[in-house]
Amino acid sequence: MTRSTAGQEPGQSGESGEPGASERSERLRSAPGRRALLGWGGAGLVLGAAAAGGAVAVARAGDDDPAGTGGAVPFHGPHQAGIATPVQDRLHFAAFDVTTDDRAAFVRLLKDWTAAARRMTAGRAVGEGAYGGLAEAPPDDTGEALGLPPSRLTLTLGFGPSLFDRFGLAGRRPAALVDLPRFPGDNLEESRTGGDLCVQACADDPQVAVHAIRNLARIGFGKVAVRWSQLGFGKTSSTTPGAQTPRNLFGFKDGTRNIAGTETDRLEKHVWAGAGDERWMTGGSYLVARRIRMNIEVWDRTPLREQEDVFGRDKGEGAPAGRAKEHDAPFLKAMKPDAHVRLAHPDSNGGVTILRRGYSFTDGTDGLGRLDAGLFFLAYQRDPRTGFIPLQRRLAASDALNEYIQHVGSAVFAIPPGVRDASDWWGRTLFSEEA
Amino acid sequence: MRAARLPAVLAAATALASAAVTGCTAKSDAKGDDAIQVTAADATCTTSTASVPAGQVTLKIRNKGTKATEVEILFPDDRIVSEKENIGPGTSYTLTAEVKAGSYEIACRPGMKGHGVRQKLTVTGGKAAARDPELDKAVAAYRDYAQEQADDTLVKAGTFVKAVRAGDLAAAKRAYAPSRIGWERTEPVAESFGDIDPKVDTRADGLEEGQEWTGWHRLEKALWQGGKIGAAEKTLAGRLETDLKDWQKRVGTAQITPTSMANGAKELLDEVATGKVTGEEDRYAHTDLVDFKANVEGAQKAYELLKPVAAKKDAALTGELDRQFTALNTLLDTYRTDPDGYEFTSYDKVGTAGRKKLSDAVNALAEPLSRLAATVVK
Repeated sequence: MTRSTAGQEPGQSGESGEPGASERSERLRSAPGRRALLGWGGAGLVLGAAAAGGAVAVARAGDDDPAGTGGAVPFHGPHQAGIATPVQDRLHFAAFDVTTDDRAAFVRLLKDWTAAARRMTAGRAVGEGAYGGLAEAPPDDTGEALGLPPSRLTLTLGFGPSLFDRFGLAGRRPAALVDLPRFPGDNLEESRTGGDLCVQACADDPQVAVHAIRNLARIGFGKVAVRWSQLGFGKTSSTTPGAQTPRNLFGFKDGTRNIAGTETDRLEKHVWAGAGDERWMTGGSYLVARRIRMNIEVWDRTPLREQEDVFGRDKGEGAPAGRAKEHDAPFLKAMKPDAHVRLAHPDSNGGVTILRRGYSFTDGTDGLGRLDAGLFFLAYQRDPRTGFIPLQRRLAASDALNEYIQHVGSAVFAIPPGVRDASDWWGRTLFSEEA
Repeated sequence: MRAARLPAVLAAATALASAAVTGCTAKSDAKGDDAIQVTAADATCTTSTASVPAGQVTLKIRNKGTKATEVEILFPDDRIVSEKENIGPGTSYTLTAEVKAGSYEIACRPGMKGHGVRQKLTVTGGKAAARDPELDKAVAAYRDYAQEQADDTLVKAGTFVKAVRAGDLAAAKRAYAPSRIGWERTEPVAESFGDIDPKVDTRADGLEEGQEWTGWHRLEKALWQGGKIGAAEKTLAGRLETDLKDWQKRVGTAQITPTSMANGAKELLDEVATGKVTGEEDRYAHTDLVDFKANVEGAQKAYELLKPVAAKKDAALTGELDRQFTALNTLLDTYRTDPDGYEFTSYDKVGTAGRKKLSDAVNALAEPLSRLAATVVK
């Protein structure tokens, strides 16, 4: 099916906002984040990544931009946006299964998705827009994001291990894209696990993120089908240095030392794939997604001291045990041996560092009157075999937090490098012969 | 099957009286300068110009007469391009239509009857508004199909009704799903009459306050959940037959256009997506897959008839539709328990994973199908 991807949609003035972009980005960069960082994985194991090479850049304009054109994150660059990009407030994450056996049709979809993503991240409607077209045809764009600013929307595409069983790709599956082992305590639901593809949509406005996934899913009908998806509402990590660390649903700050988006060296070392990997992955990364259900009601009746011991931090300030301030270097031996921060800290794991970008979620209640809530853990790394897997092995074995959580969904994806320019497309380096 | 729905096909048919028209009536926001001023009176009809360029044509109508009037733009053979009925004395109305080049007439019909008073209108430039004989053929063939389905339904429904009246529970259950096939294949046409669908195909949750529940699903509940046939059911069976006869008699008068055929095909898939995939349609009998198959067949029939025209305009679209119809039919075949007939797996035996596959296949087909109408008329 042909859905036009060119053309300006009516009603929007078509700025993709080149002029003045850098000055506005400065403004935003220096603006205090609404919330700041932190995921819960460890004591901040991972410090936030940064806009390396200018590609992963920061938003183009602030929310206060009166023209309403602000807040666009550049789509093109050596790395995909949505990894080192300062963490947005909202998430809609979708995993897809491929339903076509036609490689050409699948490649066409990747190109169509790229074109749509390019427009949506710039705050523009998909295809020929949401109105003004032929009265007998449904509009290309679904319309609910009309009039909303780009809201720093980023769309990040990934390829799951099962994709490499298709399209003659078996020989190109990166060694780092392993199937995750089963960890003790895992209670994974098939309907929340795996996927041939993923798209992570992050934005400061949930409607913008949902619009993006909805439109990509629609474009994908007949080629891919949504396998599962997850909404997230409160970022639990930050990749912005100095920002205040957000709290997870247990009420704790966690992951206070995530990789910052500005730490180019650490990003190169821990996040971006490169030497030793498949050539097509250069500039890419690996994503582990875990839906971690929290036993909220049980946690809430846990005494404060036990809560603080479980994490290895104080609840108010977020300071590591025995320290005064949130960002003070943790003294691991002051913590209980099974404290979460201690077990997850790079010093306890041979320096293992991952970039965390998780979100809290609440999907209502679970039918037993309990909050169906937790952490949708997202971690980017150079190689899961030296990143998430050893870390999670350790946590799954001993973390005091295990009494209060359960991993119920899991997926791993190879995140290809960024789309370089207007003629490039998602996954070109994997699917194109000359790559 | 839906409780309160607009007769969508009828609406589409009215809005698109022919392939030459792509726009229709709008209120008074048309650009003033290029408009044709039409002054209607009891015995006269004057127009400010006799020639306009092709494209959006606007009539600014004033009724200076004493009777309500009707103004139409007509093809030379009197088919309507666009019209506005019931313009009251002393009132004005702005009518717009997308008109291709050709010869037309503007007719004022005081009292809304008779031949009316007419003025010539020449529309210049662009392509001539040739009526596509292939589309006429498609519409005629689809009209025949709708009639055949109604005729056939009466036979199958007769078997069902007879079994109910005889109090033969097993025979009635056997005849239930087959009695619905013709209806399900052409449901958008049947629904265009508005009054028949609520009588024969309403589900319990679709009832409006005060509405008496009649029709297939009322009997379905009695047969499968109640497990017995009483006097009330026998009466209801008779009413079902009467209501279906009404449909059979009127189906030939349905307004059918290429657009309404294409939209009807998409609506059949919508029915599948909202009613059959969820198992809501035949929640007692679980014969949803029979209705599912019939919906797909009806959609495919309309598509096949329009395909020669659509393929010339967008071969990629028809290629995709061919692929997706095949894929969905192949998937449905895996649930057939009788390769030659209409026996399908009971839907309560189809698990979540199976239902998701069906749902994905329906989305895969319905999305390109939603582009058929625009392709056919463009």
